[in-house]
Amino acid sequence: MAMADATDQHGAPTDSKGRLLTSDGTPLRRALERANRRRKLTALALVGPLLAFILIFFAFPIAQMMWRSVDNPQVVDALPRTLEALQAWDGRDVPPEPVFAALHADMMEDLDRTRREQKFGPLGIRLNYELSAARSAISRTARSVPGFEAPYRDAFTDAHRLWGQPELWRVIKREGRPLTLSYYVAALDREYDEFGDIVKRDENRRIYVNLFGRTLALSLAITFMTFLLGFPIAYYLSILPMRHANLLMIAVLLPFWTSLLVRTSAWIVLLQQQGVINNTLVALGIIGDDGRFSLIYNQTGTIIAMTHILLPFMVLPLYSVMRTIPPSYMRAAKSLGATPWTAFRRVYFPQTLPGIGAGGVLVFIISIGYYITPALVGGQSGRMISNEIARHIQQSLNWGLAAALGTMLLVGVLVLYWLYNRLVGADSLKLG
Amino acid sequence: MSMPAYFTTKDKIWHYTFRVICFAIFFFLLAPILIMIPLSFNAQPFFTFTREMLTLNPEGYSLRWYQDFFSSDSWMRSIRNSFVIGIAATIVSTTLGTLAALGLSRSEMPAKGLIMGILISPMIVPLIISAAGMFFFFSSINIAQTYLGVILAHAALGTPFVVITVTATLVGFDQSLTRAAANLGASPTRTFFKITMPLILPGVISGALFAFITSFDEIVVVLFVAGVEQRTIPREMWSGIREDISPTILAVATILVMISIALLTVVELLRRRGERLRGLSPQ
Repeated sequence: MAMADATDQHGAPTDSKGRLLTSDGTPLRRALERANRRRKLTALALVGPLLAFILIFFAFPIAQMMWRSVDNPQVVDALPRTLEALQAWDGRDVPPEPVFAALHADMMEDLDRTRREQKFGPLGIRLNYELSAARSAISRTARSVPGFEAPYRDAFTDAHRLWGQPELWRVIKREGRPLTLSYYVAALDREYDEFGDIVKRDENRRIYVNLFGRTLALSLAITFMTFLLGFPIAYYLSILPMRHANLLMIAVLLPFWTSLLVRTSAWIVLLQQQGVINNTLVALGIIGDDGRFSLIYNQTGTIIAMTHILLPFMVLPLYSVMRTIPPSYMRAAKSLGATPWTAFRRVYFPQTLPGIGAGGVLVFIISIGYYITPALVGGQSGRMISNEIARHIQQSLNWGLAAALGTMLLVGVLVLYWLYNRLVGADSLKLG
Repeated sequence: MSMPAYFTTKDKIWHYTFRVICFAIFFFLLAPILIMIPLSFNAQPFFTFTREMLTLNPEGYSLRWYQDFFSSDSWMRSIRNSFVIGIAATIVSTTLGTLAALGLSRSEMPAKGLIMGILISPMIVPLIISAAGMFFFFSSINIAQTYLGVILAHAALGTPFVVITVTATLVGFDQSLTRAAANLGASPTRTFFKITMPLILPGVISGALFAFITSFDEIVVVLFVAGVEQRTIPREMWSGIREDISPTILAVATILVMISIALLTVVELLRRRGERLRGLSPQ
């Protein structure tokens, strides 16, 4: 360590080149750099545990799930020889004998029957997503394959007719790659035709694009309803003296803090055929006993319940923006001759736009990914895309398709969130 | 707001109409929640007011649904689960979240925006996607259908709230206080517990409350990750609504509303205390 050779004009120690030194003789610049690095490391060490926790238990699982939407190991794992033999096949007719021989070799690789059936189970399920009946073709063949003798082509086509159709072979060849786009093709209601081109599905088999459309439409309707109901009360709260406003704010905050399941069951109690609303209307003689409204287990139920659940998310940002608008602007507009309506439209309303944007995007983001309420009160027509994702994970077990739908939803939400951030900044996410 | 003297008849009509509209909306917000309270004392297994209830006949009311609730093993287990999971998840997320907020609020923190984005992502990603991802991952490392799995999942979902509230508290934090403590010879740990902690405590507590309520109210992840043993109150209500809907869920709902009123009061008191303290401290 260089000791001080001299001092500068203020008496501070410097080395031979005139650089400032600290008391222990280190150049000041280096000592500062070291101190800064240490502080940076301390900051990182504080954030580190949570960052690692979120990356391992949150980000990684989601990335892994998204990976499932393109991951395609089944055919490659089960039929390596067949895929090699299929390389030269032109995709038009039933493949020639060597391909069947390779298929026989692939299937007989494991001589043990149970292990063979376990190995070909996933293949059958995978191929069945592309071509119905493929699963039964695979499982039946895997059972009877030990008895097969050359020529294998006849043996296989006898075991299941699908082996004699080029369609199954086209699917095997197309899906014989470790990555696939076919889950996204299915998620967009499309399929491959016989030439390998992507075409729209038959009208009656299109589900997901419509469901995405319905999810968007319902979310827009809910966002609009929360705006319609949220704007007046946010305005009213903002013009009240603070003490009264805080008191009335409880009406907004209590639902916000009440369990989601409680609020959803409240709407079930109110809206069902024998529920409070229908019974009251019948008792008042407004509707007949046979004319009860179906307010629940359909889109109406989803919209009413979700508007109620998400209304606080609209009111809170609107209120915090409206509180900052000076009332003198409206008075100035009126004194300059504007009618109340013009003053509201030209002066007040434009100033509330940041709040409307923030609340609107927030409600919209939350509602397009909503699962519980549509599942409980939505019936068939009020289902949203989340419900379909859950169905594929828990019931149909088509995890690739669930992952593709989930990835599309996630990308949509992230784009919206990015917009929200550009619009208002994440810092303004106020809680309670 | 009183009415100014120069109001015309039209102004007056609008003044009252607007208030009627507003109170109708407040009614829409509160009525569904409050209506369950009297209905939970229904003596009949209906979800509507009986004639006896409307005429205030005592025979129309009973505590049978509360009795049902308190004598049911599965409901009692769900209460225990909700608290065990909620408290454990809150401890994890409050500890990690507070530390991270302390790091994030330092000016020398690199890549702040990116890290903040990652840390609050559990709040933005739709729950169904988080739940699906955790379902696959937790199954693969054998912690699905265990308490550990549900606690870790809920801790991840709760941390953004702790990070946000504590970071917000630290915005007005005077760093010269910790420097003064260090200058007077306090170790960093001692500085933290003697100086920093008492000052940011309201933020930490309200973050912890948010984390707890997030876990307490969470159902989507529980549906995917928890087994029968780990069923929480919302999970039990979910089956109650889907399978055999009985007014017991109204009794549960009433109890939960009481709990949320208590929590809301605590948060509100903390907020006021925070505002008062900030108002007193020199700028």
